[in-house]
Amino acid sequence: MTSAFWIFVTLLGHWRRHPLNLATLVAGLAIATALWSGVQALNTQARTSYDRAAAVLGDAATASIVAAKGAFVSEQDYVALRRAGWKVSPVLEGTVRIGAASYRLIGVEPLTVPSGSSVGGLATSRDLEAFLKSPGRTLASPETLAEVGLSAGATPRTDRGQALPALVGAEAVAPGLLVVDIGVAQRILGRPGQLTRLVLGRDATHDVGALLAVAGDRLKFEDSSAGGDLARLTDSFHLNLTAFGLLAFIVGLFIVHASIGLAYEQRLGTVRTMRAIGVPLRLLMWLMAGEMMLFALLAGSLGMVCGYVIAAALLPDVAASLDGLYGAHVSGHLAIEARWWLSGLGMAVLGALAASAVSLAKVAHLPVLSVAKPLAWREAQQAQLRRQGVLAGLSLVVALLAFLTGSGLIAGFTVIAGVLLGAALLLPLALSALLRLGEGTAKGALAEWFWADARQQLSGLALALMALLLALSANVGVGTMVEGFRKTFTGWLDERLNSEVYFDATGAAEGERIVAWLSGRPEVVAVLPVWRAETRIAGWPVDVIGTRDHETYRGHFSLLSQASDAWDKVRDGAGVLVSEQLARRIGIGVGDTFAIPSHDDLWETRVVGIYPDYGNPKGQVRVNVDHLVRHWPDARRAAFSLRVLPGRAEPLIDAMEAEFGSSLARVVDQASVKASSMRIFEKTFSVTGALNSLTLVVSGIALFSSLLTLSGLRLAQLAPVWALGVPRLLLGKLEIGKLLVLAAITAVLAVPLGLVLAWCLVAIVNVQAFGWRLPFHVFPAQWLVVFGLALATAFAAAVVPVIRLARTAPQDLLKVFANER
Amino acid sequence: MNARAIVAAVVIVAGVWCGRVAAQGFAGLGEQAAGFADVVPGREIRFPDDLGPHVDFRIEWWYVTANLTDADGKAFGVQWTLFRQALAPGAEGEGWANQQVWMGHAAITHAGSHRFAETLARGGIGQAGVKAQPFKAWIDDWTFASADGADGLASTTLSAKGADFSYALNLKTTHAPVLQGERGFSQKSERGQASYYYSQPFFNVSGTLTLDGRDVAVTGHAWMDREWSSQPLASDQKGWDWFSLHLPGGEKLMLFQLRSDGGAAFRSGSWIGADGSMTSLASDDIVLTAGARHDVAGRSLPVAWTVEVKSRGLKIDTAPVNPQSWMGTIFPYWEGPITYSGSHAGVGYLEMTGY
Repeated sequence: MTSAFWIFVTLLGHWRRHPLNLATLVAGLAIATALWSGVQALNTQARTSYDRAAAVLGDAATASIVAAKGAFVSEQDYVALRRAGWKVSPVLEGTVRIGAASYRLIGVEPLTVPSGSSVGGLATSRDLEAFLKSPGRTLASPETLAEVGLSAGATPRTDRGQALPALVGAEAVAPGLLVVDIGVAQRILGRPGQLTRLVLGRDATHDVGALLAVAGDRLKFEDSSAGGDLARLTDSFHLNLTAFGLLAFIVGLFIVHASIGLAYEQRLGTVRTMRAIGVPLRLLMWLMAGEMMLFALLAGSLGMVCGYVIAAALLPDVAASLDGLYGAHVSGHLAIEARWWLSGLGMAVLGALAASAVSLAKVAHLPVLSVAKPLAWREAQQAQLRRQGVLAGLSLVVALLAFLTGSGLIAGFTVIAGVLLGAALLLPLALSALLRLGEGTAKGALAEWFWADARQQLSGLALALMALLLALSANVGVGTMVEGFRKTFTGWLDERLNSEVYFDATGAAEGERIVAWLSGRPEVVAVLPVWRAETRIAGWPVDVIGTRDHETYRGHFSLLSQASDAWDKVRDGAGVLVSEQLARRIGIGVGDTFAIPSHDDLWETRVVGIYPDYGNPKGQVRVNVDHLVRHWPDARRAAFSLRVLPGRAEPLIDAMEAEFGSSLARVVDQASVKASSMRIFEKTFSVTGALNSLTLVVSGIALFSSLLTLSGLRLAQLAPVWALGVPRLLLGKLEIGKLLVLAAITAVLAVPLGLVLAWCLVAIVNVQAFGWRLPFHVFPAQWLVVFGLALATAFAAAVVPVIRLARTAPQDLLKVFANER
Repeated sequence: MNARAIVAAVVIVAGVWCGRVAAQGFAGLGEQAAGFADVVPGREIRFPDDLGPHVDFRIEWWYVTANLTDADGKAFGVQWTLFRQALAPGAEGEGWANQQVWMGHAAITHAGSHRFAETLARGGIGQAGVKAQPFKAWIDDWTFASADGADGLASTTLSAKGADFSYALNLKTTHAPVLQGERGFSQKSERGQASYYYSQPFFNVSGTLTLDGRDVAVTGHAWMDREWSSQPLASDQKGWDWFSLHLPGGEKLMLFQLRSDGGAAFRSGSWIGADGSMTSLASDDIVLTAGARHDVAGRSLPVAWTVEVKSRGLKIDTAPVNPQSWMGTIFPYWEGPITYSGSHAGVGYLEMTGY
């Protein structure tokens, strides 16, 4: 035991003598863990919020009975089922606006709601009476209360002018959700006698025959819940974050691998000596692995703390993105669970062991009596390159297979991972080949040495350069996608939002009054209804929008594909327009017929056009407003857009606000709508951008740590050149030059790789994740930025080691010749 | 019969739906009757109107217990209860705004098992309710109703279903209901708390119990209690023990005691002749002595009693058919069939709360 302790101390002594080596090892582990755990913290946070949203009705209530046709279950059918012994509980869901924000309102019946739900707990609480008794209570999470800016007891009005019952803070309720009694929900949402669904208890059987006997063909079973919707809709977003976290983790491990490789290299002498004086190999291996575990735990803990800081910094933007994109409210308070710590540290330990596996294996196979050859493994460079080439080929084949046969988000990411890994592994081969070309053009001894030495240096820098390649190409890829999206989205918004003013009245009657007033205003060219009904198609929430035939749409509303005279057909009710997401999701195209569950029937209609609907997590159908009202007598008739003479929008808005004030839920001009739409996407991409930059920083550190650790070893190569008369300063400049050449080549290679990545994101991942496909744009100006970034990173990483080199005392350079090296 | 008052009161009143806070339920009952109708002596009980609900009063129940045997003589007990509670006084609201809350309890007990179920419903939508004529009380798929064409309670059907049991029984009687207390005015404490209370203890029963998918044909006797009030209990009354006994020769006996903190228990009862004539028993005529205790659901309950009615020469020892007749409902209590022997022998039902 004691001898094991002293051996361990001896091993650790290395790190005391090489603090920079230690620093890079710790930094690598900490960074890898930080980015990974930070992303995981964000994902966990969001998922917890979704779970809370789903738990309102309990995990027991994932199965529901819904209307077979139309969107609503009648209260009579609920009572009939109860009277027939079905343990169902009624639910009515809808959306209400309070001020500028939307909230999901859910009406429940606490006496029958399945046990295990968060409102089920209400049935055994003291608040039940107040909840049931008129005027009732509105349960909301403390976060929601803070967001509305109201304290418990307040009774805010919805945009329809209905007062909500007094607000009560309830921890169990998910953010963004308002829970009221079923009767209150019917009043607030204007749906007396109507229910969205009947939730079933955990043990309920799905006896279709029995359901048919009670309710005829009016009802059917459905296995989904609102919480499930959120989890599904946001899956892609979280997968994106996870992919970034994983990329950063891997780049971090490159640093760790480089540091460990160097440390083991430098310790080979010590190890050989210990083996020669009789330390058993097994003990040595255990101690070295234990040493790695110790570092992993220490640095991993540091990384976890940094991960928390990163997550806390990104959370507001992530929450805003999820809210804007999916209407998913995520709590802004970062909660940390024990599971998160364990999984993060686990990743750190596994990563460290993986990164040190090769080095440990070398120790295991070290011939005890052979002379220590610190650079021995570099001599095997050619064999190493060949192995990498084979691995690269395999990765690319996997990517190709996933591309050809796979479908879904996971396949999309497999393609990306395969391409990135394959390309990274090919990088040293490509660099080697290009440097050989450079060597061919060289004139003079020093120039030839410059190229040859760069190639010799390659194996030591390969991993760091691979990390740089990954970071740069991710930068190009994501940048291309984000810019492409911004360009497309801006153009699309311009087409989509060409009315000058948009307003929401507090109700249909108010809407009519305002429209009557507007008809007397000379500056108003047209009043266009944007009426709305909600339905579900194939279990997916879909908005049905009713508009009037007008030049505003005919002339500007862009369609991805359309039948001839599409707009005439919409006007005549011979067809509808569907959003790209909906078309992809249910697999319909122009000319196909499909059925929309309307208020109390199934409306069979034909697709006459498909339009882009970027950023909308729900499906959308656009129909003639008269048909909307016919099929949905209860459609919301309060939203309108106005065409106004140029320059008259602002005064008109002022006049409307003065005239109608409280009857107007919202009135905004075009610019504000555009700005708020863009803001949502900027939030999303600022998260992506932040992770992207962090990855680049990590790869910079990887490069720095490789160079730093190499600089000591480089003496053996540089000393002879110095001895031949090349001054230290020039040697330093040449060192920087070599690195810049390597970085420049890497950056150039990163551009095509980045474009492949961007294409995968746009054409595979985006379509799978969001249901829309973006046009592919390239932005050469970005490439210059990336190129500059690569050189700057390389320069920053090289400058310290090179200064050290330039200041190396001549006696140290001379020692090279005296040493056994 | 106050047993039911407290179950209903504690369970439904004032948002106290938790068994552990029974004491608060009592307090709530004592204080929150404002706006509801008062229970006063001299009100005439009329049929069939008083089979139906009395929404001016806060709480009310329809309570049936039955002592049954199968062909082999094996004893079974059946319970069917519907409670009504008004959350607020005043005119009844429409639809979901209706302030009535309904709660059903059902159970089948025999020596080997005690199975129970509970269900809740809101008033105003038809999921639960009671109609006087023709009589029908229901919650979900549980019913207690006049058979087709029958008048009042003369011929009724009784059914309920739980996860692991169900029953369908026919109840017949030629007797008129028996008014308890003072022509239906039943006092519950020395301080004047009271309820309106009548019983129908003369049901003959036949029907089927279903246990684990197996049908058991049974016959026997059933006892129905109807009680309504707004403030039936004093604030210091902690729990009660209630007996309904089918005596030999067709006589019936109802006894209860309300236990108070520190004070003497308030006892009352009635001796009902085979012809339906009722004699109220004075408090000091009744002796109830708790016997063997049994651990049930983590509490210790006296499941055996010595019961004495001095004026009638009755002295019996009771024993539970199943000592574990625990109703683990939102507000839990003990309710189950009993047998007794001594000066008289027979069967009955015992209910105990507040332990």
